[in-house]
Amino acid sequence: MSDLFEFVLRLGDDALVAAQRLAEWTSRAPEMEEDVALANIALDQLGAARLLLSYAGELEGAGRDEDALAYLRGDREFRNCLLVELPNGDFAVTMAKLFLLAAYQRIRYDRLVTSTDERLAAIAAKARKESAYHVDHAALWVRRLGDGTEESHRRMQAAVDEVWPYTHELFTTDESAARLAEQGVAAAPSTLRDEWLGAVEPVLATATLTRPADGWAPGGGREGVHTEHLSYLLAEMQVLHRAHPGARW
Amino acid sequence: MSERTDLSPLWEVFVRARRGLSHNHVGSLHAPDAELALRNARDLYTRRQEGVSIWVVPAGAITASSPDEKDAFFDPAADKVYRHPTFYEVPDGVAHL
Repeated sequence: MSDLFEFVLRLGDDALVAAQRLAEWTSRAPEMEEDVALANIALDQLGAARLLLSYAGELEGAGRDEDALAYLRGDREFRNCLLVELPNGDFAVTMAKLFLLAAYQRIRYDRLVTSTDERLAAIAAKARKESAYHVDHAALWVRRLGDGTEESHRRMQAAVDEVWPYTHELFTTDESAARLAEQGVAAAPSTLRDEWLGAVEPVLATATLTRPADGWAPGGGREGVHTEHLSYLLAEMQVLHRAHPGARW
Repeated sequence: MSERTDLSPLWEVFVRARRGLSHNHVGSLHAPDAELALRNARDLYTRRQEGVSIWVVPAGAITASSPDEKDAFFDPAADKVYRHPTFYEVPDGVAHL
C-alpha cells in the first residue's frame, strides 16, 4: 500500500465520517438556522471526502471508486481519526469536535496547497476555504456557549475535556507519514501541532474555558483500530449498499 | 414559540449579488445577534458565493410607510406635473440628459 494512498485515505475518511456524524443532526439542531449551517458543513465535508476518496481509488489502482471505498470497507479498513467517529453528544460536544477538527483540517489543507502532488494541492485549495468557514462557525459557538450561561459554560468545558485527548492522534507521525514528509508531499503531522494550538487556545481563552492538560492520548484510528462507535456508524451508513451490492443510484 | 422571539429576534436581509448594483431585500430570518444573522444569511440566501455583499437589519429598526396613509403619502406628486422632470422642454442640441 503506497504512502500517498494511505495519506489520502486518512484525509478522506476523516471528512467522510465527520460528514456522517454532522448529518445526524439534520432536523434536530437547536435552531432552524443552525440546522441549515450544520447541514452545510456536512455537505462540505462530504464533498471533500468524495474528491479524496476518488483520488485514493485511482492511486490504489484496484478499480475501487469513491462508493466502493465508502460503502464496502469494514471498520478495520477505515483510516479516520478517532475524534470524528465519537458520538455527537449534546450540542457542545458536537461543537468541540467540529472546532478541534476543523482547526486541524484548515492547517492541513493550507499546507497541502504547496504539495508536490498537484492533485492533492488542487483538492486542498478548494477545501481550505470551506475549512476556514467551519472553524469560524464552530469557534463562534464555543465562545458563545463557554461565555454564555452557567449551564452552557459547564457543558462546553465538559465537552472540550471529553474530546481533547482524541486530538493527539491528529499529530502523530508514523513511518508512512514521515516518508511522505521527506518527499515534500505532506508535512509531518507532528509539525502542525504548534500552529493548531495557536489557533485553538485563544478561542478557548476567550470562551473562558480551561485548556485541558495533555495526558491520555488514545490512538489507533490511522491503523484501523477504532472505538466501538465506528462499526455502528458504518452499519447504518452502508446498509443499503451491503444489501444491494453493485446497485446504481 | 414566543420564547424564541425574545432570544432570536427577526432580521431583514439585503443582498447585493457579485455583479449587482444595489442591495435587494431577499427575506428575513431569526438570529440572536447581528453576527449570527449574517452567517445564517450567508447560508440561507447566498450559498456562500464569493463577492456577495450582505446587510442584516433588525426588523424593529425599520420604519415602514403605512398602507392606510398611502394616498396622502404618494398622491401629491401625481397631479402636479411640475414635480416631474418631463414638464420641462429639453432644448435641441442638449446631449447627455
